[in-house]
Amino acid sequence: MNQIDRNIINHMQNDFPVCESPFAKMAAQLDMDEEVLINRIQSLLDDGTLSRFGPMYNIEKLGGQYSLVAMSVPEHDLESVIEVVNSYPEVAHNYERDHSFNVWFVIAAETVTELKDILKKIEKRTGYATYDMPKLEEFYIGLKFDA
Amino acid sequence: MKLVVDNSEPEIAIDSIDQNLIASIQNGLPICKRPYAKIADQLELSENEVIDRISKLLDRGFIKRFGVVVRHHELGYKENAMIVWDIPDDQVQIIANKMKSYSFVTLCYRRARQLPEWRYNLYCMIHGKSRDEVMNLLNEMLDSNNWHSFEYDILFSKQRFKQRAANYILNQGMLEK
Repeated sequence: MNQIDRNIINHMQNDFPVCESPFAKMAAQLDMDEEVLINRIQSLLDDGTLSRFGPMYNIEKLGGQYSLVAMSVPEHDLESVIEVVNSYPEVAHNYERDHSFNVWFVIAAETVTELKDILKKIEKRTGYATYDMPKLEEFYIGLKFDA
Repeated sequence: MKLVVDNSEPEIAIDSIDQNLIASIQNGLPICKRPYAKIADQLELSENEVIDRISKLLDRGFIKRFGVVVRHHELGYKENAMIVWDIPDDQVQIIANKMKSYSFVTLCYRRARQLPEWRYNLYCMIHGKSRDEVMNLLNEMLDSNNWHSFEYDILFSKQRFKQRAANYILNQGMLEK
């Protein structure tokens, strides 16, 4: 990734213009040609440097609930527990981490009740406790490339 | 003296057009000269209405911001560690603000503790090309702030079982970041 790309990415995050020709406006700020800018962004998406460019929603405000949940599962049961956890479409990300709390997943549901209900079902089906660690505060960072 | 007039509108729920709009751009904004016109075509709205509605969703905080999602793994940052900290509640704000000033810290959240099993209340994510690199960055942060007195733990990722953006959630009428 070159200097221009870094500048572009740093610029795309905070105040992306909401107007008829947002890329033209952004291009002017970057002292670039609109078409060159659009092509650069498209190729950053195509080559997988960026996976998405768009709005970040405030899920709580939109009425949803989500949380990070941890489980402590012995190696011999890991596979079957993962299968149960991933069978719920409400589960988005699921990572194994190198720790006694080794299963970490993000779950999203419409209400707290629904979310707790799914966790209860997971506990019942797997026999292992779930630890619900809802977000209390986000310290926004954004993506920083040293440009 | 400055007179402060509160003319903020009462909070109203988003309507079904907003919901369709949110769903239509959940995978990203079209990358073209007139992205809002393109969305408008798909939803059979006018370009002005799309611009107006997105502006309002931003103003009202339903959309937090526009953002890019970077594939750290694909960029060579193969290791990610979630560092969890037990920080006294009245110090969290200060510590978190310091943490997020480091360019290698990519996420920082305060989360509920689950006592007695889980004492940690502050989470930050560090990406690196190797575990050694991540540990060096963490130690640099610990040393320069003298944070050795805080209890913390390091959780390196081992395996990704599932990673998908929560797109499907929107399709079910749910709305995710």
